[in-house]
Amino acid sequence: MNPPSNRTALTVGFALLPIIVSLVITAVLVLAVGSNPIDVLVAVAEGAFRNSNSFAGVVNFWIPLALCSIGLIVTFTAGLWNIGVEGQMIVGAVFASWAALFVDLPAPLLIPLEIVLAMIGGGLWAALVGFLKTRLGVHEIFGGVALNALANVWSIYLISGPWAPPTGGTAQATAPFKDSALLPPLSSEFPVSLLALILVAAALVIVTFALRGTRWGLQLKATGKNSKSALLLGVPTLQSAMTAFIVCGMLAGIGGAYRVLFTYASLRPLASGGIGFLALLVVLLVGLRPMFAVMIAFTFAVILGGSTRLKVALQLDQSLAGVLQGFIVLLVLLSNGLRQRFTPSAVEPPTPITATVEVQRIQPPV
Amino acid sequence: MDDNLINILNSVVANATPLVIAGIGETITERAGVVNLSLDGSLALAAMIGFVTALTTQSVILGMIAAMIAGALIALIIAVAGIELRQDQVAVGFVLTLLAADLAQFLGQNYTRIPGPTLPYVPIPVLRDIPVVGEIFFNHEPLVYLSYALIFVTWYALFHTRSGLAHRAVGERPAAAFARGTNVNRLRYFYTILGGALVGLAGAAYSLAVKPGWSTPPVMRGDGWIALAIVIFAGWHPFRVVLGAYLFAGLRSLASAIQRSPDIQIPLVLLNGLPWLLMIITLVLVSGGAVERLLNIMPRPLQKAMRTVLRSDPPAALGTRFDEG
Amino acid sequence: MDIELKHIHKRFGAVHANNDISLKVSAGHIVAVLGENGAGKSTLMKILSGYQPADSGEIWLDGKSAASYRTPQGAISAGIGMLQQDPLDIPAFTVLENFVYGQNTGFLFSPRKWRERLKSISARLGFELDSDQPIAHLSIGQRQQLEIVRLLSMGVRTLILDEPTTGISAEQKLVLFKALRELAMHDHMSILLVSHKLEDVIALCDSVVVLRGGRLVGKLQMPATTDELVRLMFGQELAPHAHECLINPKIAINLDNVTLKGKRVTVENFSMKIRSCEVIGLAGLEESGQDLILRACVGLIKATRGQITVNGTDMTGKSYRDFLAGNVAFGAAGRLEEGLIAGLTLTEHIALTTENKTLVDWARATLVTDHKIKQYNVRGRPDSPIETLSGGNQQRLLMALMPDNPVLMALEQPTRGLDVDSARWIWQQLLERRAHGTAILFSSPDLDELVTYSDRIFVAYAGRIVEIPDATQTNIDELGRLIGGNFEKESAL
Repeated sequence: MNPPSNRTALTVGFALLPIIVSLVITAVLVLAVGSNPIDVLVAVAEGAFRNSNSFAGVVNFWIPLALCSIGLIVTFTAGLWNIGVEGQMIVGAVFASWAALFVDLPAPLLIPLEIVLAMIGGGLWAALVGFLKTRLGVHEIFGGVALNALANVWSIYLISGPWAPPTGGTAQATAPFKDSALLPPLSSEFPVSLLALILVAAALVIVTFALRGTRWGLQLKATGKNSKSALLLGVPTLQSAMTAFIVCGMLAGIGGAYRVLFTYASLRPLASGGIGFLALLVVLLVGLRPMFAVMIAFTFAVILGGSTRLKVALQLDQSLAGVLQGFIVLLVLLSNGLRQRFTPSAVEPPTPITATVEVQRIQPPV
Repeated sequence: MDDNLINILNSVVANATPLVIAGIGETITERAGVVNLSLDGSLALAAMIGFVTALTTQSVILGMIAAMIAGALIALIIAVAGIELRQDQVAVGFVLTLLAADLAQFLGQNYTRIPGPTLPYVPIPVLRDIPVVGEIFFNHEPLVYLSYALIFVTWYALFHTRSGLAHRAVGERPAAAFARGTNVNRLRYFYTILGGALVGLAGAAYSLAVKPGWSTPPVMRGDGWIALAIVIFAGWHPFRVVLGAYLFAGLRSLASAIQRSPDIQIPLVLLNGLPWLLMIITLVLVSGGAVERLLNIMPRPLQKAMRTVLRSDPPAALGTRFDEG
Repeated sequence: MDIELKHIHKRFGAVHANNDISLKVSAGHIVAVLGENGAGKSTLMKILSGYQPADSGEIWLDGKSAASYRTPQGAISAGIGMLQQDPLDIPAFTVLENFVYGQNTGFLFSPRKWRERLKSISARLGFELDSDQPIAHLSIGQRQQLEIVRLLSMGVRTLILDEPTTGISAEQKLVLFKALRELAMHDHMSILLVSHKLEDVIALCDSVVVLRGGRLVGKLQMPATTDELVRLMFGQELAPHAHECLINPKIAINLDNVTLKGKRVTVENFSMKIRSCEVIGLAGLEESGQDLILRACVGLIKATRGQITVNGTDMTGKSYRDFLAGNVAFGAAGRLEEGLIAGLTLTEHIALTTENKTLVDWARATLVTDHKIKQYNVRGRPDSPIETLSGGNQQRLLMALMPDNPVLMALEQPTRGLDVDSARWIWQQLLERRAHGTAILFSSPDLDELVTYSDRIFVAYAGRIVEIPDATQTNIDELGRLIGGNFEKESAL
């Protein structure tokens, strides 16, 4: 057995190493395209922290990212790869946009309606994935990918057709939403919606509690680890899986609605902005712990927010953020493997359940 | 036959070729029991690397080689992560699909909308003159012909050679393969890398032939997922991979034709959704047992012959780890 | 080929699975290796056949020290082949492909040549194998035959068979034994038969070695009596079982003219009544229909015709969860695949079955778990993940998860893979519940178990069911005949 000090050093080392290596690799890539890594670092820091407006931008990325991450923890607990989270965001955004464009109510009524509709939209879209999987045997990865694309197609159709601005659209956005439809910011220096922050906190608390302290949460966990045994022990596995999808869809829907009701103030193509996929990366990184997910989501939001400055300041493509985030997660996964090889006594962090791409059914009783 | 129709069919064959090559590559990988989920990102990254290399060296051959190396390297990461480091293949593959796509976009940002070298048209002398068929199948750039060869070589190797037996055994029941003296993990590495190289080649097929050049967002976005679905639809059999690839490419051509025709008024946008609907439908068919039922209603002697082609179960050990001893 | 094992030792952690075992088998002889589950037979054979290395000791072949082979393929090259209980074949392959794979063929193998070879070896041994059939369609007996043919084709001169007669029909057993005798006599092969079936040993073998607790405790030349063998194996007599019933018996479950459709077999117009305090055994080869009956009794399979009544209530067409609610308990054969959830702790398992409100009271669940651990003598703590428990303890936990006084307990192979002690403990539990009124329905491939514990036995063969109304009036021979489909009373065997 390693003496305690050695072990701590190893653990810290294994945790920091992937991050350091990712930064180094990213720096090398920046050099490769002819730019200066220091400039990039400065630009990203500026993009994220220059003033309260920039920081608000970070928070506005963090809110939908955190919501999706929390939702994905629910589906991963049930052993499901909900790649369809992007589409669920988009459909949530679509439903909310409909209310924003066509329902005439004062803000205190309209905004809750939009949120509820977003949850319904996202939940329904997720239920589709769930239906394809539980009743038709289509693996949720493919159902999710297909439905993501279909959601995007649908939203683009709406933007360029029926919901185009009356003055003729460029297919870039619908008409801007009326003021009563938008979520009010905290202040003009810090444009973040208080309601959204509250929703994130509520989601965090509710989901954490539900997963650990309710029968529903225990049944999800059982279904995720071994659905056949769970079934025999009396767990309604099909229902569990469906509810997991729906819960995640609802949270993702709220995230999507936030993007259009606040960040964009209109419906745009790919309203999800890749945040759903990023949330998947977050959960792969932290495992099934909602609190950690929310924290790591913040780090990723900083990178994302900072990277918006790259194009303006350095003419660098924003995908650099994705590169860095991708490398971090990849290297953490690899280093987890390395760590398990060399220190078998180390405690493994909880990771999403192994799922294979082969078509897997949760068997209903025959 | 209508000249127009022949042209359309010709373009279907050309457009299906990257899907065929990627599909065959992934079939090879999955038959060995490994899932390479990174296809969508790999295709993009390989396409970009292939194009940039060809551009800078003015050699399409070097471009193709570079693309294959890129595809192989990504596959190698998945193999190492899955076999040596015991991580979930699906998780690593998914991260790679996002990472590779972002890498492609970032590193390729200075190379968009630049024309570069493309693969030349090489009509095959005698075959090209066959009416109709010749025009459709034998008037293409070399990768199309390569795809034809790949289909048959893979089929033959899988089902009629000794190495094919070991290849399939490693994906079906690695414990039994081990008991027969096969080095399971070494074979898995080999076929994963080989499959990855083919995926890389498919990427090059886009940027050096089908849709030359590089753009953001890349033209092949989404095709990696389609290729993965095609492998499932194909029941992991090379012949059905071809069927699936041509089906999807055909649907796309149909969509373009509809869009261009003045008679039918369907918004272009909605037509873009057709391939994804098709994906869902094909997967439902295969997963729901429709193909099995088709097999069961055939007459006995035909059943025997068709059993291999119509089988739709995945390799039994797909996605699992094998630990010796 | 002559085989000699010298001073073989093998440890697994604290368990000394093979303790200084020395054994000699001469060419042309069939030797049985007897011993109960856990005695060390499988380990020894795995060492001999290259699946595992010994910690120390030597293997001598034909009087020469064997180059230490470390893989099964290496052992085959040295001339030793093992037929596993579940043959390591590839279900997706055809018979021919399985036969050819692993042999010395060229890059392209000529199917015709190998077909001929397969046919000639099979014919010689009296086996009938169709080259193009997928393995998945073969019975266990046929898969064994194929594996033997394959090993012979690879030139083995020593054959090890691990429990070969579990799950094959009486006919197939005869064919197998005839083939083995032929190989021993004419090919001078040495054959080791690992078994705990005394009747097989007496019928086939020249001599017997007995393992108990990792050691070689005895060698006997045949002929020997069953008693001598039993004494060597167990060292003691088996206690008889009391048949008592503390409640007024009623009909626990009634199947009335049901038809059950399975993947490969259909049971038609079957009727069965089980009363409280009855133990009913279900016997038969794999996929003969007994599993359909068992699963229909818990609602996992729905009858396409007929009625099922549990405790007076009509349960026809109801789901598994309804049966659970009706106080019926089910235990599947694969503990970890279909019963326990690796990754969950003991407390979490208990909570799954006992906590029925929306909120889970973990404190209470832990208390209940503690209680059950003591009650069932499970070696584990409430917060231990289930996969850290041994097989016997896992089975105990499975029992703990079942309701205390179910109307009916339906169990697939309740003592599968368990050592003698654990198996006996399980039956103790079952009989106790039986005394309190529970009806017990169980399936087992172990004829001893069926005859020892059942009041009545139902034998399934290709969907046909025959009832043995009084298990005390039957014996292993008759049971074996019925399992093989031979339903005539007097048969020329």
